[in-house]
Amino acid sequence: MDAKEIIARRVALELNEGDIVNLGIGLPTMVPRFLPPDIHITLQSENGFLGMAPLEGEPLPGIVNAGGTPCGIQIGAAFFDSAMSFALIRGGHIDVTVLGGLQVDEAGNLANWMVPGKMVPGMGGAMDLVSGAKKVIVAMEHCTKDGEARLLRLCNLPLTARSRVSKVITELAVFKVSAAGFVLLETVSGVSIEMIRERTEAGFAISDDIKPMPLYS
Amino acid sequence: MKKIVEWAEIGPMFSDGVSIMFGGFMGVGTPLGIVSALIESKVRNLTLIGNDTAAPTTGIGPLIDSGQASKVIVSHIGTNPVTGKKMIAGELDVELVPQGTLIERIRAGGSGLGGFLTPTGVGTVAEEGKQKLTVQGREYLLEIPLRADVAIIKAKKADTAGNLVYERAARNFNPVIALAADLVIAEVDEIVDVGEIDPDHVMTPGALIDKIVVRMGG
Repeated sequence: MDAKEIIARRVALELNEGDIVNLGIGLPTMVPRFLPPDIHITLQSENGFLGMAPLEGEPLPGIVNAGGTPCGIQIGAAFFDSAMSFALIRGGHIDVTVLGGLQVDEAGNLANWMVPGKMVPGMGGAMDLVSGAKKVIVAMEHCTKDGEARLLRLCNLPLTARSRVSKVITELAVFKVSAAGFVLLETVSGVSIEMIRERTEAGFAISDDIKPMPLYS
Repeated sequence: MKKIVEWAEIGPMFSDGVSIMFGGFMGVGTPLGIVSALIESKVRNLTLIGNDTAAPTTGIGPLIDSGQASKVIVSHIGTNPVTGKKMIAGELDVELVPQGTLIERIRAGGSGLGGFLTPTGVGTVAEEGKQKLTVQGREYLLEIPLRADVAIIKAKKADTAGNLVYERAARNFNPVIALAADLVIAEVDEIVDVGEIDPDHVMTPGALIDKIVVRMGG
């Protein structure tokens, strides 16, 4: 199991029956594959519908996901315009959003939309999603490819939103973000707290009932 | 007023320097015939307002590629490398706006509102130059209305009065931009007689639509 799959399997356990969920591009789109069979969620797609599903058979005209790729819809799906879509997003009608991250800091700030001088794609709907979803889960690898920490005291990349992250799930650990900063809740078996400290620039408290990270399998 | 027009009439509706709102999300729901007509018309110095610049050969992309746009106001350019290249070369002014803020600025522009307050962008670069207000203990940015000279819309079906029905996720920005431009042109797959669309199923009322053109080959 690679890092991404560990993260996706753990994120799947965060979702509750009946949740309305918006998934960011990349790793978060793997999450529905690992949902327990008794958990049914409704996926929102920012381009204007509720009830997104995997593509089965030939693509139908006009049904694409927020990445522009053909997808399917569930029975009972609903289409709407972009103003309605973002009223849902900003208005607290999305229970959970799962997004990739570049950096998260102790104040729950998230940076995930640009790297000055390197990557300036535009924020799309990310700032609205992080501002408006009831729960913001960041699903990201613990360090960058070069081994640099991503859980920081203070983000140094441009922010997507301020103080909105609820939880961070990596291939090593699960943290919640409290008013006092990060709290380590779970670690993957075989990973020591020292190892997490080495790879985490931010300070963190350790939960009284810290436990091994469960994975849906 | 006769709303249904021929393709030959489309190009002359645009002139240099106009601002154009376009429907579409990654090209889905963009009126491709009107984009082609704009390219043939060779109008220049356009300001394009919509969700994204799609890809170089899809949606609004060809109008970026052709160099006819001098400014875009969009939420995302990452799927069209030509937009980024022209931006870096100083040939194209790119204003990035969070998607929910962009669509609501357009809605405000078409709804007689003086703006709105959004939490989106507080504490980020999106707040630069904007007034911040605290309401009931939460900080918001004051966002101002946005309008354009022309809106170009893609719908599945129109009746002769201009009542529109969109197809699935091709709706996106289209019904909202129909409110916010001085001239509103809809490209449709088919035109039916007035009365054939159930009034309950009309997604954009015909009163907002000035011109209708039927998709080429459609």
